[in-house]
Amino acid sequence: MLIQVNGDSLDVQEGASVADLIEQLGLGERRVAVELNLEIVPRSRHANTKLSEGDRVEVVHAIGGG
Amino acid sequence: MSEQQNDPLIIAGRSFQSRLLIGTGKYRDLEETRLAIEASGAEIVTVAVRRTNLGQNPDEPNLLDVISPDKYTILPNTAGCFNAEDAIRTCMLARELMDGHDLVKLEVLGDQKTLYPNVVETIKAADVLVRDGFKVMVYTSDDPIVAKELESLGCVSIMPLGSMIGSGLGILNPHNINVIMEDCKVPVLVDAGVGTASEAAFAMEMGCEAVLMNSAIAGARNPMLMASAMRKAIEAGREAYLAGRMPRKKYASASSPMEGTIVSK
Repeated sequence: MLIQVNGDSLDVQEGASVADLIEQLGLGERRVAVELNLEIVPRSRHANTKLSEGDRVEVVHAIGGG
Repeated sequence: MSEQQNDPLIIAGRSFQSRLLIGTGKYRDLEETRLAIEASGAEIVTVAVRRTNLGQNPDEPNLLDVISPDKYTILPNTAGCFNAEDAIRTCMLARELMDGHDLVKLEVLGDQKTLYPNVVETIKAADVLVRDGFKVMVYTSDDPIVAKELESLGCVSIMPLGSMIGSGLGILNPHNINVIMEDCKVPVLVDAGVGTASEAAFAMEMGCEAVLMNSAIAGARNPMLMASAMRKAIEAGREAYLAGRMPRKKYASASSPMEGTIVSK
């Protein structure tokens, strides 16, 4: 199924969770925060939050800034 | 000396020894960032929150591996946000990113050319964020009425600009900053505009509680040396403020006694 991640389309498996998405993106070890359809998904709920067709996901991290 | 040693900066109930807050943008690489922060003595360090580049090498070093949240108080900012909604979303993401740490630097900008704060959107965002439990340090214009409004909403620190972000033009309206300091009970910090050490010292001599800067250090020919200069300037300025400057006089007042001088005639 297709979802939007950081503005781009991405194909993920039917029934995938947020944790599966993070793994698929190769970000398993990184400190990131996830927003799903404008709601924060706390890290503790990544594994049991399922994604649906057309979901809009933002994955962010900290970079240098003033 | 004891007065200086027992003079912490207190923000949202937390106590800090350093009155220099620095940003982590515009450095050549993470190593230069780390060395400059160390030389500055800063304890509060700002970071930006951005979309993770999905194509990037997962082994690439991460800012928070270099600037550890165990060692520094990380202050996520909302730089790059031009409306309240984006700033609020960014703060929510930052809180999740930092495991519930709720101290944020709110900045909502007006346009790309000036990066001047959009105070209307800033006030909207501050209201929502404070109600949601965030400790909001707010970047704003040097307008005393807006500063007072932000304080009454519950912001933990008011941070007027000295001059435009990244301009290095110094503190262009010290009179307004003085009025803001008179009116606000929460710490007033100068954020943005400081270009060199004397300007940082000037802000502290005026009685600002601290100074937040990024470009002045990152944009120096030798950022580590400028970080060290800023550390000293902030300390010198604070001590001069606490010491209380001598009154200005219209005419000279001799430092050496006038009695007993040799006189030819």
